[in-house]
Amino acid sequence: MKIFVLMKQVPNKDAVLRVRGDGKWVEEGDLSFEVNESDGYALEESLRLKEKKGGEVVVACLGPQRAKSVIKDALARGADRAIHVVADDFAQAGPFAVAKVLAEAIRGEQPDLVLAGLQSDDQGYGQTGVIVAELLGLPHATIVIDVDYSSEQLRVKRELESGWYQWYTMQTPALLTIQSGISQIRYATLKGIMAAKKKEIREAQPAIAAGEGEFQTVERVYLPLKQKQTQFLGDGDAKKGAAQLAEKLRNEARVI
Amino acid sequence: MSNGILVFVEHRQGVINKVSFEAVAAAQQLGASLGQEVTAVVLGADAALANEVTGFKLAGVVSAENPKLADYTPDAYADAFEKVVRAREPQYVIFPHTYLVRDFAPKLAARFGKGLVSDCVRMKAEGGAVTFTRRLFQGKMDADVVASGGGAVFATFQSGAYRGDQAERGGAAAAVESVAVEVGEVRMQPEAPFQEVKAAVDLTKTDVIIAIGRGIKSQENIALAQKLAELLGGDIAASRPICDAGWLPIDRQIGSSGQTVAPKLYIALGISGAIQHLVGMKNAGTIVAVNKDAEAPIFDIADYGIVGDLFEVVPALTEEIQKLKG
Repeated sequence: MKIFVLMKQVPNKDAVLRVRGDGKWVEEGDLSFEVNESDGYALEESLRLKEKKGGEVVVACLGPQRAKSVIKDALARGADRAIHVVADDFAQAGPFAVAKVLAEAIRGEQPDLVLAGLQSDDQGYGQTGVIVAELLGLPHATIVIDVDYSSEQLRVKRELESGWYQWYTMQTPALLTIQSGISQIRYATLKGIMAAKKKEIREAQPAIAAGEGEFQTVERVYLPLKQKQTQFLGDGDAKKGAAQLAEKLRNEARVI
Repeated sequence: MSNGILVFVEHRQGVINKVSFEAVAAAQQLGASLGQEVTAVVLGADAALANEVTGFKLAGVVSAENPKLADYTPDAYADAFEKVVRAREPQYVIFPHTYLVRDFAPKLAARFGKGLVSDCVRMKAEGGAVTFTRRLFQGKMDADVVASGGGAVFATFQSGAYRGDQAERGGAAAAVESVAVEVGEVRMQPEAPFQEVKAAVDLTKTDVIIAIGRGIKSQENIALAQKLAELLGGDIAASRPICDAGWLPIDRQIGSSGQTVAPKLYIALGISGAIQHLVGMKNAGTIVAVNKDAEAPIFDIADYGIVGDLFEVVPALTEEIQKLKG
């Protein structure tokens, strides 16, 4: 079975973001990057499926050269090879453009399954997987929290809202978007890291230029407007802050 | 020439999802700004549910019908909605940003060669041009997005962005137009939806919630928050990563995929405040946030904030409250 997993590199969760000079994106120069959280779970699920069903796991990633660290990490954890669509200018691209590039990068490979994280932690459109499925003519299921492929049939458990779930039986090949927490993510072993050095990373060009046929443009990026006037307490002194807070919770908010 | 605004009204097992009324309010506001009519779209096996939205001020209700629409599937919904969009050539199609919409609407938009302007928190229409605002980086930044190119613009609005009770009611009932739509092959077979074993704790009933996030760093440290919770007679809860890691059971999770709560007091410890968490707790009476990062989005909705190390703040706070309680 040939499983493709779509992975993205995003700024670290704890990164302090600054708006770039032109006001249209964040300053990337001083950021560190990591794998998009749910994509890490998509990789883990791909590896588990491969262990049960045999075959190979192939990573597909769109991003600049720095995204190689995500690819190499995935190879160290057990992916077999990777396709890296190298582009510096897709950070702000809309979901259709990103999906188009990824779909064209894997189309010729005829995957049996494509897995992706359910959304990115940077742009957060939450659409790439679904649009890739449409462009490749595959059925899809989103927000998948369990995969049962023990028989010939692929069954997936989808998360609905407010604690509800639903199983779907899918025709294959299919595309699934994976929810964070579907399983515990493995660590790369030293052996895996050594083995990864010999694995293939094929570089490819994006099928379309950034901005081509774009239907949504980010005009301005800025810190969100405050919804509430927050009283900041303690001024950096934890003990003082705690004392002020206890007093305010009792006498001002009257909740304790 | 495109005309009008379509708004998607979602239902599950014969019950309309109330978030749809927020989408109706958003569409009406857009319609008023642009001088365009708003038409609701309901998909189903029959017209039964369409009659439940005729009370709103709408130009009409399109009930797109096919037996294959009885149970939700993305294939059937995308096919049916595509027919409606092609027939009516709207300028805007507005959706609530629900899990169901996230499942089929990108597929629909892709058939028109575009994506959705998804998860918007507000919009502004000036001189016929519409600017949508959406959250980036898990709520750390806002972005103004302009849609361009021909054809319909597909946009989804986050729960709470508009108020459902502000959706305008109309005088006379809006006319329902029943349309039989063609639906192609459906390649996925749904089973009945279900809830996991009933949640052991019902956090919606508790007055005080102490919630922990990534900042708690390890499972052992949860004892710190537990102690504060016991002192305040409250319950412990968490953001998603904590439950994903298995440090607390999933019935303690607050947010879009967990419980939605509105306690008198909500103390968020080491929670950055991703949108998915905020929607589950933003209606709490008093919100306290303790976080190392002064820019964390949780502070946008907090009444009281302490920027600092929770491992210093929480023991000190516990001690202070103990003193107050004598």
